[in-house]
Amino acid sequence: MTRLSWFNVVSLTLGFAFLYLPMVILIIFSFNESKLVTVWAGFSTKWYGELLQNEAFLDAAWVTLRVAVFSSTIATVLGTMAAYVLVRGGRFFGRTLFSGMIYAPLVMPEVITGLSLLLLFIGIGLDRGIFTIVLAHTTFSMCYVSVVVSSRLVTFDRSLEEAALDLGCAPAEAFRLVTLPIIAPAVISGWLLAFTLSLDDLVIASFTSGPSSTTLPIKIFSSVRLGVSPEINALSTLMIAVVAVGVIIASLATKRAALQRRREEQLATQT
Amino acid sequence: MDASAFAPWEDPQAQPLIRFKNVTKSFGTFTAIDDLSLDIFEKEFFALLGPSGCGKTTMMRMLAGFETPTSGVIELAGQDIAPVPPNQRAVNMMFQSYALFPHLSIWDNIAFGLKRDKMPKLDLQERVEAMLKLTRLEQFARRKPHQISGGQRQRVALARSLAKAPKLLLLDEPLGALDKKLRQDTQFELMDIQETTGTTFVIVTHDQEEAMTVASRVAVMDHGRIIQADTPDRIYESPNSVYVADFIGDVNIIQGQANPGEGDGYRLFWTEGQPPLIANSTKSFSAGQTCHLAIRPEKVTISAERPEDAANAVRGKVLDIAYLGNLSTYHVELPNGLVIKAQTANTRRISRRSFTWEDPVWLSWTATAGVLLAN
Repeated sequence: MTRLSWFNVVSLTLGFAFLYLPMVILIIFSFNESKLVTVWAGFSTKWYGELLQNEAFLDAAWVTLRVAVFSSTIATVLGTMAAYVLVRGGRFFGRTLFSGMIYAPLVMPEVITGLSLLLLFIGIGLDRGIFTIVLAHTTFSMCYVSVVVSSRLVTFDRSLEEAALDLGCAPAEAFRLVTLPIIAPAVISGWLLAFTLSLDDLVIASFTSGPSSTTLPIKIFSSVRLGVSPEINALSTLMIAVVAVGVIIASLATKRAALQRRREEQLATQT
Repeated sequence: MDASAFAPWEDPQAQPLIRFKNVTKSFGTFTAIDDLSLDIFEKEFFALLGPSGCGKTTMMRMLAGFETPTSGVIELAGQDIAPVPPNQRAVNMMFQSYALFPHLSIWDNIAFGLKRDKMPKLDLQERVEAMLKLTRLEQFARRKPHQISGGQRQRVALARSLAKAPKLLLLDEPLGALDKKLRQDTQFELMDIQETTGTTFVIVTHDQEEAMTVASRVAVMDHGRIIQADTPDRIYESPNSVYVADFIGDVNIIQGQANPGEGDGYRLFWTEGQPPLIANSTKSFSAGQTCHLAIRPEKVTISAERPEDAANAVRGKVLDIAYLGNLSTYHVELPNGLVIKAQTANTRRISRRSFTWEDPVWLSWTATAGVLLAN
């Protein structure tokens, strides 16, 4: 271990503080006995208990989870298809327009995306609810998936697909048996990206949700306007925990896969 | 098997396995294949040889089904293959990058094509085992492609493309990624496997030595055309053009005017103040026609004194010596400035070498040593 110089220690501390101090404060106050958010009155887990009793929050969490799963799954399918066409389709009529349009939601202000979707849903007489949020989230997260997947497809060795065709695969079979398994990591990270985007979207969801379908971010935002309660702190702490566990598991899995690969490569060079 | 007996291209009755009939392939304004006709016969090991961009890979991709000819017909066993998609052709290809499926084991890579054919499980296992044995990969069956060496990967690619017992196997620069020693060993292995399986092989390569080693016939290509398609020895000994002579091996080209002599002998006036060169030719040239004498360095003898009975002898001085260990190539400058290469085997130690830089020497060769070419 190299010893850190005092300069490094200071910059490291400042950096971490900048990133994590707000969250640490939030977590600490979620265990506060007092109902007043800014006054410490002793350790307690009672707000977590109350949270579990709060039907409104639980409903919102359930809505959010369903929306995230459905929208990210649909977005992954559509985004992967779009990426495949853009990278593999060659020069077809309207390709430039299509590739430009598919990335437009990346730079479009969310307010505008939300508003235009709202106008569309009203225009075609679609009742707003979970279904409309799923549609809206699919629309904006699909382009993120297609960016992630197409960057993987660009580096994909085309001759692998040709080899599959040559060995007797129909084109669809070649995609399923060869292309998809190889690009799977990109597809999965595209899905995860879409999932998290949907999970914490407030703006678009608030345009497209109906009275029966409040998502968790909307619920939190509206409760905070009435005053921050320790219950919100508890809820936020739980969300942080879920995300942290996810990130840790993902990084451990990546590290293990890398180690496994290195060991296998060593095995290969020995013989 | 007697090598000289296998020559279906000499037999006018023989039915070719592959027939290119006036095939042209253009990409936009670029013509990759230009009105090309060619017959390839069953059990041949046929090499397509040429510089990059000469159209050899395009020909192979048309056979595999990844490209369709712009005009003309390609027949496989008498059938036009244009409407047949790649996955239904009895043709398999070994890719330059090997294109092994990284997510599958060696065993599953080899079994991939057989599974697509819905081969019964027991037959499939037997076939894969046989392929592993043929390519000596038995102990690597469970490994993934990234866990084996380059030479082993090359053998997996070969086993995978042979597993379906195709009528025709296409090999796209199969040995390009291997180092020289391994490449030479693998060339002989390829020939063995080709003979054992009786499959027709078409190999694409830019390495003329490789083409000469493995092939029963070699087609030398340039700009989408086949310049000459013949057995390796005839390509080397009697090239039909300066391009072929120059592409295959080392050659000296002497330009001059032909003058018919007795029989098939010709006198070649090549420079002022020097006696004409004597060369035999089976092709006829008119008097005064410009032609080129192509002569291989190893057929030129270098000596200190003028040889008594040489048909051709010219004076020069040693300009450069390339020492290759077993051989030495002398670059000799003639009085008119032309540099002729002469090669000798180093049967004596280098300290006993007869000639050194700037030495005046005589170069000599027989009347049949070279070939007269019109262009």
